[in-house]
Amino acid sequence: MHPVIKLVTQRIALGLLLLLAVSVVIFVGTEALPGDVASAILGQSATPEALANLRDSLGLNEPPLTRYLAWMGGLLTGDLGTALTNGQDIGQAIAQRMGNTLFLAVCAAAISVPLAILLGLVAARYAGRWPDKVISGITLSTISLPEFVAGYFVIYLLTQVFPVFQPVAMIFPGMTFWAKLHAVALPVIVLVLVVLAHMMRMTRAAILNVMQSAYIETAELKGLSPMAVIWRHALPNAVAPIISVVVINLAYLVVGVVVVEVVFSYNALGKYLVDHVAKRDLPVVQAVGMIFAAIYIGLNIVADVVSIVANPRLRHPK
Amino acid sequence: MKMPLSALLGLTFTALFFLAAIFADVIAPYPLDLAVGKVWEPPSATYWLGTDTIGRDILSRLIYGGQVTIFVATASSLLAFSLGAILGFTAATQGGLVDQLLSRLVDLMMAIPSLIIALVVLVVLPRSLITLILLMGLLDATRVFRLARAVAMDIAVMDYVEAARLRGERQSWIIFREILPNALSPLVAELGLRFIFAVLFISTLSFLGLGIQPPLADWGGMVQENKDGLIYGKAAALMPALAIAVLAISVNLVADWVLSRTTSLKGGRGG
Repeated sequence: MHPVIKLVTQRIALGLLLLLAVSVVIFVGTEALPGDVASAILGQSATPEALANLRDSLGLNEPPLTRYLAWMGGLLTGDLGTALTNGQDIGQAIAQRMGNTLFLAVCAAAISVPLAILLGLVAARYAGRWPDKVISGITLSTISLPEFVAGYFVIYLLTQVFPVFQPVAMIFPGMTFWAKLHAVALPVIVLVLVVLAHMMRMTRAAILNVMQSAYIETAELKGLSPMAVIWRHALPNAVAPIISVVVINLAYLVVGVVVVEVVFSYNALGKYLVDHVAKRDLPVVQAVGMIFAAIYIGLNIVADVVSIVANPRLRHPK
Repeated sequence: MKMPLSALLGLTFTALFFLAAIFADVIAPYPLDLAVGKVWEPPSATYWLGTDTIGRDILSRLIYGGQVTIFVATASSLLAFSLGAILGFTAATQGGLVDQLLSRLVDLMMAIPSLIIALVVLVVLPRSLITLILLMGLLDATRVFRLARAVAMDIAVMDYVEAARLRGERQSWIIFREILPNALSPLVAELGLRFIFAVLFISTLSFLGLGIQPPLADWGGMVQENKDGLIYGKAAALMPALAIAVLAISVNLVADWVLSRTTSLKGGRGG
């Protein structure tokens, strides 16, 4: 078998195995913990009858393996059960919110990826001089801020000092695309700030790494302009590490989205998750947690596959 | 050994934050939970940073809140550090099945973001200080484990470790007397990064309403409770967020400096 196909298959198989293990952690982990799920949900003042009822409706009297298999089967067929707090169908609730979360994440990705690569190229071109120092300084400070802190600085700046946006992001089914875009502008800016720094720094590092090769010196000596050297010779050879760090940071949007949705009261999957952690609604949290974990692991697999496929040493085996 | 200005600034601010946390009872002008003024008073000589959404002195809450944030972050990063280091050294010196088991477990825990694990676990667990410290310490120990294991792997093949083995020293002697002293300097820089991570983590959890519960206050929770003030244009509502940012950046500057002096090994701090 071609080594690339073999490596890619191995990686995907490993990823699926990991996903399975994570599903066990999410399902069993919540039950292996000290304390009883039912009494944690109802609180200390619960009557024994209420506890018994809840245990029954959660299916806690069944053996763990049976419950895990039933949960897993439901997850695969799209039947996620009903929420404890309001009896709503979890699958439907997720489907309604998934689109909003994806809209936010896709907007953030569409802005941050090109911007990060561009800034990384500029920083690498002027390495050690002022444009590099300004870009690196700003990104270093955004890297040390949690999402919600960055969120509040952005809110203050863009709704109070320069009032151009609303501090709450709401989108409705009837809105036009542009109105939606304006509504999510603030959360998108925050998400971009959060993931930009890492991508930009890795792009810069990858380019600078390639810049030490002999063929770069040749290109410089034959008189190409510095930007042409970077664009034509350095970037194509640095593309594999850049793509892989970009995808890993997109996976990080999973965490960013959860917090940012709460900051802006944006009705989507992340806020749905946090609200139901507060209400101790176990089935909802297990289902949404599993979806976020699957997206995260999936994107990490993509990152690995891309860097395997983009590696010329593996593509042309001796 | 000359200290760059950035590291000096970072060290000064970090020290000030810790001193304010330790002596909170002495320096806070008002109690934590008492409405002393009117709602949203502007900064004045009586209330240096103004009052909050129900008339409590923001400066006093900031000082007491810092005490909780810094205490929880210190406790959980120390836990993460000692747990991760001991298990990492054990994995490196024992090798074989122990190493395989620990390493695969860590891989599994690092395969999903810590926040998602924390959210799932906090559905069931009580949201007490001790739970939060244990949870964050355990989740963060995975990163220390990887670094400690890598460092100890290099040291475990040294002649002096071999000599200790041959003269029949116990496992604990090898870990604490041979490996630990030689692995300490790269790990100390890592401690700074773990501390920042813990500050950001507990602040995020409290901001989401799942961390520190009232009547205790911490900076993340203060950001949440003052969010309306921000919409009315009260800059004082930004103070807790600013405190988190300044503490994180200060410790980062110090850790960066220590790292650049001691080693090229760096642990991750994402997730």
